[in-house]
Amino acid sequence: MVGGLFIIITSQNYLKKVVGLAIFQTAVFVFFVSLAKVLDGTAPILTKMANAYSNPLPHVLILTAIVVGVATSALGLALVLQIYKNYETIEEKEIESLELKSDK
Amino acid sequence: MNFLLINFFLISLLLVTTFFIFKTTSLISVVALTGAFTLLCSAIYVNLDAVDVAFTEAAVGSGISTILMVMAAAKLPEGKKNKLINLFPSIILAVAISLILIIIISNLPLLGDPNAPIHLHVVPEYLKESKDFFHIPNVVTNILASYRGFDTLGETIVIFTAGLGVIALLTSNTLNRKTNFKKNKKNER
Repeated sequence: MVGGLFIIITSQNYLKKVVGLAIFQTAVFVFFVSLAKVLDGTAPILTKMANAYSNPLPHVLILTAIVVGVATSALGLALVLQIYKNYETIEEKEIESLELKSDK
Repeated sequence: MNFLLINFFLISLLLVTTFFIFKTTSLISVVALTGAFTLLCSAIYVNLDAVDVAFTEAAVGSGISTILMVMAAAKLPEGKKNKLINLFPSIILAVAISLILIIIISNLPLLGDPNAPIHLHVVPEYLKESKDFFHIPNVVTNILASYRGFDTLGETIVIFTAGLGVIALLTSNTLNRKTNFKKNKKNER
């Protein structure tokens, strides 16, 4: 999780920043699902054989969150493409220098 | 014991993948490594008994989002080997956050403890009643579509809004900036 945050801050390439965001999200999901685990439990599908089930509530929350996360990263990718169309680069420093030039 | 060993192995693989995503500069290999990362995550979900989540992660997280990223990376130029920015403050931030998280995790109930408060509140009722109410054996489906149906409605609205945003961003090619920069570039030449 911290690795994802690290990638977001340090990398200059905007596509890598989007990837860092996705990694950050997925780490949080794994943490949530790990809270739902019950030892000796099975998946929460009711059968006659099992006697303990894992907690289904975090699973539902994460199902929703995964799909929303994909929508977020799609929006981020569209923003990156639009930035590339306008500036012809997606590196942060180069865009900064272009901005400075246009101000003069 | 076996369960913990598998989990430890998969999570160390995740760390290795994250390290390589951090190291590589080529965009297409970053995208491929992200697909591998989400597939590993779905293996972890199967190990943690969350089969529905593993399904969704493999189909949506690893399938659709990788396709989207490949489509974006095909239009973008190859990544350059640039210096890392903000290196020192981000190391401090990462260390501080991981310390805080370790302190918090040491206060959580143990992994797999059946008496943790999360397992005692509403979930026993869901597990007991939902078969009689909805006649579907899968409890995750029952909660998603019935008990928490409005959550799912909100999710659908969010996805619709994101889709609208993507369409608006990709079809508008007349932003004010563009003309300015194109002129500047011509002047430089």
